[in-house]
Amino acid sequence: MPGILVVAETADGAIAPISFELLGAARQLSAQGGGSVTAFVAGPESLGAALISHGADSVIAGTSAALASGTAEVLVPAVTAAITQSGADVVLLGQTSFGRDLGPALAFSLKTAVAMDCVELKIDGGRLRVTRGCYGGNARAEHTWKASPQVATVKPKSFDALEADAGRSGSTSAIADAGEARVKVLGTSKAETTGVRLEDAPVVVSGGRGLGDPGAFKMLEELSGLLKGATGASRAACDLGWYPPSQQVGLTGKTVSPGLYIAVAISGASQHMAGMAGSKAIVAINKDGDANMVKVSKFAIVDDYKKVVPALIEEIKKLA
Amino acid sequence: MNIIVCVKQIPDPETPSSSFKVDEAAKKVIPAQGIAPVVNPFDPQATEAALRLNEADGGGKVTVISLGAESARDAIKHALAMGADEGVLLNDPSFDGIDNFQTAVALAKAIQKVGEFDLILMGRSAADWDMGVVPSGVGQLLGVPVVSVAKAIEKNGGSVKVERVLDDGFQTVEAPLPAIVSVSNEFGEPRYPQLRQIMLAAKKTVQIWSAADIGLGAEETGAANRWLPLEALYVPKVESNVEIIEGDSPEEKARNLAQKLRAAKLI
Repeated sequence: MPGILVVAETADGAIAPISFELLGAARQLSAQGGGSVTAFVAGPESLGAALISHGADSVIAGTSAALASGTAEVLVPAVTAAITQSGADVVLLGQTSFGRDLGPALAFSLKTAVAMDCVELKIDGGRLRVTRGCYGGNARAEHTWKASPQVATVKPKSFDALEADAGRSGSTSAIADAGEARVKVLGTSKAETTGVRLEDAPVVVSGGRGLGDPGAFKMLEELSGLLKGATGASRAACDLGWYPPSQQVGLTGKTVSPGLYIAVAISGASQHMAGMAGSKAIVAINKDGDANMVKVSKFAIVDDYKKVVPALIEEIKKLA
Repeated sequence: MNIIVCVKQIPDPETPSSSFKVDEAAKKVIPAQGIAPVVNPFDPQATEAALRLNEADGGGKVTVISLGAESARDAIKHALAMGADEGVLLNDPSFDGIDNFQTAVALAKAIQKVGEFDLILMGRSAADWDMGVVPSGVGQLLGVPVVSVAKAIEKNGGSVKVERVLDDGFQTVEAPLPAIVSVSNEFGEPRYPQLRQIMLAAKKTVQIWSAADIGLGAEETGAANRWLPLEALYVPKVESNVEIIEGDSPEEKARNLAQKLRAAKLI
């Protein structure tokens, strides 16, 4: 009998939202013949109820105090025990700080592969088949596994969580396994929240090499300030010294997903797209109507930004 | 310290999307005409970390390893020009199309052949496949602790103190040496090789090791032995729903855009 193990994670003592999305994905796989859904969580058995109401058939709680550090090396033996106990041949984790470390450590320890950051999952001929983005979103790859268990991390917000159903029932059991902690956690801190962080800004206005002039960022800052947003830049613009690297959006910079992303003179290479493709609405201002950024945007102006941006600032002031 | 840095050569992530093509039958990316491959953008940070640690420590050796085509020698040369001491290129026809897991096995074997090490540094992931599994894999295979996504690394006697980047903050950990640390872009700007260093780097040794040289069996390499078989690779069809804002002048276009944004409640 195959089965699916969801490795849940916690935030401030409660089940983190990604875990409910994983259960949503697991239920879909279960309906395709994937077998029953077991959830593993490091923490007290009392966390089991929330996992069951969101779709787990049963829960295994890893109750060793050592698991609290959250490092992959202490978690691997506990998750391995849960895989053995549940008989799961599919293991799902979130593509989070937690899953990015635990997924590969678990897979290599079990001499199997892990597919990272999957956006689609299905059971095909009794085996898992996944789709994931690669080459900065330029391509998609589909994978299967040579060995078992088939371990995958799932991109957040790729699957919907099920509504909690208090009528669902299932058992929760405890295991005490934990690995040796060679890596010691000395402290954890939340990111500072003074000012509008690029990552949290509801609106981001970014400029690229196509601006042709570092002074143009003053104009972009005026626009983002008017919209109570933040100003970003492409790697090319940062490399030219036009804007601070701390404000770089992209693969090697910040990842943002604002409600509105205004890309000024940015062509849309994968380096940049990797950092902002999750934006709800994109506006491109670009001289080149064939630029990738224009294609992926909701609205685009194909014209010289030097004329468009000041006019847009005036129009937005009028609307205010 | 004896530090090993692993680097990878990848297609330039600044390649315009219009030049990005895939051979779906071969399940391979077709190199873009006239755009040279580059060092994975996270890897110079790993090299930088190695150089800074040894500078603070008053000496040591940095060995750079890359698995790839003959052209990957350029990725090694870049690290040597930054100041690394020696290079090893793992190059074998059987490496064509292998996956991240087989790569980790090959790197672990190559590191064992290099010999003693105190620290292994890598970029946090490679920007082509973007899996980020190789540091964990090499750690598991060599039995050494792994610390991922470092923004700062400090040596403290027989251990390293590492500041890590988390989704919503930072974490400080301590790991005993030898260890593996993957380095993130938050580490800071890597040094830019100067002409004199580039010329010096040309004289540094880059050894070439085959699969047999590192004791990699035929069943461990080759695309047919992937742990994660690649069933399909394609460029997703982007359904462009863009509305090009028209107008007789830039000013009129701006006015029309402002009104559209307001109507869509985006501003």
